[in-house]
Amino acid sequence: MATDDRPGAGTTPALARLAGPLAALADNAAARRAGIVALLALMVVAPFVFGEYATVILTNALLYVVLALGLNVVVGYAGLLDLGYAAFFAVGAYTVGILTLRVGVNFWLTLPVAVCTAALAGVIIGGPTLRLRSDYLAIVTLGFGEIVRISARNMSITGMASGLSGIHQPWLFGWHIATPRDFYYLFCVLAILAVAVSVRLADSRLGRAWLYVRYDEDAAEAMGIDRVRVKLAAYVTGAIFGALGGVFFAVNLGAISPESFSFTQSVLILMAVILGGMGKIPGVILGAMIVILGPELLRSLGELRLLVFAVGLLLIMLFRPSGIWPGRGRQQ
Amino acid sequence: MSGALLQLTGVGLAFAGNRVLDEVDFAVPERGIVSLIGPNGAGKTSLFNCITGFYRPHVGAITFGGHDLRRLKPHRITAAGIARTFQNLRLFREMSVPENVMSGMHCRTHAGAFGAIFRPPRQRAEEAEIRATAAECLRFVDIAGDWNRVATTLPYGHQRRVEIARALATRPRLLLLDEPAAGLHGGEKQELIALINRIRDERGIAVLLIEHDTGLVMKVSERISVLDHGVMIAEGTAKEIQANPRVIEAYLGQEDAGADLEL
Repeated sequence: MATDDRPGAGTTPALARLAGPLAALADNAAARRAGIVALLALMVVAPFVFGEYATVILTNALLYVVLALGLNVVVGYAGLLDLGYAAFFAVGAYTVGILTLRVGVNFWLTLPVAVCTAALAGVIIGGPTLRLRSDYLAIVTLGFGEIVRISARNMSITGMASGLSGIHQPWLFGWHIATPRDFYYLFCVLAILAVAVSVRLADSRLGRAWLYVRYDEDAAEAMGIDRVRVKLAAYVTGAIFGALGGVFFAVNLGAISPESFSFTQSVLILMAVILGGMGKIPGVILGAMIVILGPELLRSLGELRLLVFAVGLLLIMLFRPSGIWPGRGRQQ
Repeated sequence: MSGALLQLTGVGLAFAGNRVLDEVDFAVPERGIVSLIGPNGAGKTSLFNCITGFYRPHVGAITFGGHDLRRLKPHRITAAGIARTFQNLRLFREMSVPENVMSGMHCRTHAGAFGAIFRPPRQRAEEAEIRATAAECLRFVDIAGDWNRVATTLPYGHQRRVEIARALATRPRLLLLDEPAAGLHGGEKQELIALINRIRDERGIAVLLIEHDTGLVMKVSERISVLDHGVMIAEGTAKEIQANPRVIEAYLGQEDAGADLEL
């Protein structure tokens, strides 16, 4: 099984060269630890090395790491196709915007409200839909995403089409999180937390249940697993990740508008998950980085850059259909 | 048979007007080993699916340990104490052997997202219990070594045993085996007979099997029920079944099954 996951299988030489060291990282615990340490060191020094513009871009990439890891719980672990993930991102962002601007609530108090709102929205959307089999969820989530965006466009509390602006930068124990570098480190912490939570979820009773349901729903049910409940847990977990991403996105930019939460946004996040390799945490991180940094790195190509980027993505999907990151070596 | 562990009374099932099961009465006693046989298409697997909640019978009652099963979903029925294996292997692909077996412990444990993220002592203890049970069930079915392999890469006979271990990990009172001998060679069939007896003798679990291998059925079962065209045509010991004219007729009606009943 899953032989197409094997590093180097069916790849071009160039991609095989890429897969080689990746496979070493995936297989060897010492190499993995060294890689993580190097990555953390790089995260700390990056703003000083690459300058302010790159810091802003990297902050955005880290936001997508959080969002993609959240969607990975839904799509990668539980195998549910969610085409409206940006809706939860919007729920988080608008919760902060509305509560801080219109009600005057302290930023940090909006966090639990955003989490609860997203969880509630997840239960309302997922509760009835996840009872159905097959891909009804994709259709419903697609609709949900659009409903949230269009509602935000048309309600005065969300600022109609122009959205909300002037969202205050937060203070944390006397630290005013204001400069791009401050936000960069804030998002570093968020991304690391998102990774830690993903790792722990994957290695748990609930994480295994997601995989059982994804691989064989009937067998999972016969083993005593409530498939609706388990799927709902995945959907709501993903919703909470998305909302938290939205909360910090809103304070980082200081302004939000409905177009930040379009269908394209949902697709971009989904692309990060699929590109890197569904269900594989390092792969999803890599996917988020590629999706955000790719177009930036190709900026010198001018108008051609999106075309070149798209062709690159197509090639990756063609030669590594189960994602860039190799499958778990011990299982091959 | 009052006081039976599993009791089906007048169970009927129809698909698009076709009767699949017709007024089936059937029982499995506590700690019994019972087989359900019958020609292809007799409705054996449909009966299994009614017991395990995958199908809803249109009429009749199904009780397990005195509780009505009919309105319960499959996962609740498993939690109530009925575990099953599948006719075609249904192991979770890409997952290791112990990970497969650990699925059985899901309905006996409780940790959720909070436990997974914060790992309180209770979650850790539960996780250790899940792993210990999986290891113990694997030892019971005599799968040793290559634990870290992907379950679906094991030899066929071993995969069958992993499925049984996975079902045992749900801590059932009744185990349903759907053609457990299919695809096994002679030696493995002997081991299966021994395993079925050990499941009953050492664990006190009742076993109900559907099986085409009549030789195996005659050896292992205490009672045998015969289903033909959705109707229960006979019930009794191996000797009684072999001598029953209705059973012989049903099997002779099949093109290829003339020799099936011989030992």
